[in-house]
Amino acid sequence: MAESARLGLYLPILVPLATAVAAAFLGRLPRTRRAISVAGSAVLLACGVWLVIQVRQEGVIASNAGSWPAPFGITLVADLLSALLVVVAGGIGLAVTIFSVTGIDPLRERGGFHSLVHILLMGVCGAFLTGDLFNLYVWFEVMLVSSFILMALGGTRGQMSASIHYVTLNLLSSALFLAGTGILYGMVGSLNMADVSVHMRDLGGTPYPYILLSLFLVAFGIKAAAFPLFFWLPASYHAPPIAVTTLFSALLTKVGVYAIIRVTTLVFAAQADAMRPLLLAVAGLTMVTGVLGAIAQGEMRRLLAFHIISQIGYLLMGAGLGSPLALAATVFFFVHVIAAKSALFMVTGIVRSLRRTSELADLGGLARSSPLLAGLFLVPALSLAGLPPLSGFWAKFAMVKAGLDAGSIPIVIVALVVSLLTLFSMTKIWAEAFWKPAPGGPVEDALGAPRAALVVPALALGAVTVLLGLGAEPFFALSLRAAEQLLDPAGYVSVVLGP
Amino acid sequence: MELMLALLTGVLYATAVYMMLRRSIVKLAIGLSLLAHASTLLILTASRPVRTEPPIIPAGATELVQPFSDPVPQALILTAIVISFAVQAFTLVLIRQSSMVVGTDDLDRMGGRDG
Repeated sequence: MAESARLGLYLPILVPLATAVAAAFLGRLPRTRRAISVAGSAVLLACGVWLVIQVRQEGVIASNAGSWPAPFGITLVADLLSALLVVVAGGIGLAVTIFSVTGIDPLRERGGFHSLVHILLMGVCGAFLTGDLFNLYVWFEVMLVSSFILMALGGTRGQMSASIHYVTLNLLSSALFLAGTGILYGMVGSLNMADVSVHMRDLGGTPYPYILLSLFLVAFGIKAAAFPLFFWLPASYHAPPIAVTTLFSALLTKVGVYAIIRVTTLVFAAQADAMRPLLLAVAGLTMVTGVLGAIAQGEMRRLLAFHIISQIGYLLMGAGLGSPLALAATVFFFVHVIAAKSALFMVTGIVRSLRRTSELADLGGLARSSPLLAGLFLVPALSLAGLPPLSGFWAKFAMVKAGLDAGSIPIVIVALVVSLLTLFSMTKIWAEAFWKPAPGGPVEDALGAPRAALVVPALALGAVTVLLGLGAEPFFALSLRAAEQLLDPAGYVSVVLGP
Repeated sequence: MELMLALLTGVLYATAVYMMLRRSIVKLAIGLSLLAHASTLLILTASRPVRTEPPIIPAGATELVQPFSDPVPQALILTAIVISFAVQAFTLVLIRQSSMVVGTDDLDRMGGRDG
């Protein structure tokens, strides 16, 4: 293995760490702090792209930290899924840090907002790249602790009660994950994912792996906000500033889904088939409850928060089907939904900065007063609903095709109906906030230069969903390769443990 | 010994869940800290603790002499304790701050509306 490949595995962890430290200690002026933060995210994005290029050339790459041979030391591993998600994390980091140049108030900035964002990114990238279950727990905690502070930073009344819900449920999930890890170590004496996977293959028929897998699925299900474990999400995601909500919605629940995919395709690959009907049922219920919750809301942030849950259902559907096409659709869906969802949250942030509210009843006339903003909303909204030629169409098309191939007709029907309801809830925002006349007479909205930092990232993310839709073919080929790697645990194991 | 530890772990989990279901946020914080202790104890119990030699290779030998106790669970526990200590410190500050901002320690009366 080339020496440069190993460096590529460590950079997505080291770059955010260095940026966080630099932003905390070098950034005396707000302007330098923001510049460091944006530059750090850009470098992270570049590192992610470099990692994808390497993984595409060489296949799965692994490196043992501190040169302790696997399974004794901590192994960092990148397959195409991890590498692509690191790119997404870098891209969202860049969009959010640009958005927060004007989207975050000076008080929160002085409270260490930029450093916390980068520590969160470090935790997320670490979770994507680690090949060790206990190490995954540690990265989860890095991510959680920084998200706790981001959730509470600012200390408004709404944020306080939201934080208590968020902290409690996430700590409960961590405790379950830790318990599972402890029992797993007691059972097989190893925590290296590849090594555990080999042990679990030998334990094939016994009941204990299933108990452990269930424990992990519940722990990750809470993180991913899957049905019936999602209640913390709508109770908390509307409270912090939009920049923070965007970052959380893009990355935190997706790390939970990533962990579910990892345990079902690698660690418990031998046991996962028995869990697939359960995963599919959970996926369907998650989609339906999420979208019904969204329709019932009358405030943009709450409505979009419920949509996060609904979209998690589609990702779980891919994990539940488990075929190459379904997993490829999941990989595609990851990138699509993170871009579209973040763009919608940013548009909500722009609306709030223009009108000081995001209650649909108090909004109106935005399509006339600001056509650019209307376009910024419409593109990701239609993409989320799955209209061609945007990225959501191809993601859902592949997912539905995979469902039909597997003969799982009920989940396909649910997925299609939920798409329609998604479109309905998006037209609700459109009709209320953009189409109807403003309640207090016409309002002048100026999306001028002072708001450029809010508009540019939303525009860029909207462009990503358009480009991903128009150029779906090459990206889908990449997703298929990622799915093939996921379905070949033996290949992963031979890279980590040696042939 | 293992039976005692297993029972203790169960009692800790039960107490933690009971405390977390109370309405007062102080009891919630106590519940969360008990939950962390229960998980720690579970790791210790699941790794079959035995009263034997430390895992140190004796002078002149090249490998460990059986039986020895496994140091990895203890390393895991140490990490978990450090993390849960930090998280508990954060939780305590959070509940103090929220009771000051909201003016109550009752979760039901806090409500979830924006402020």
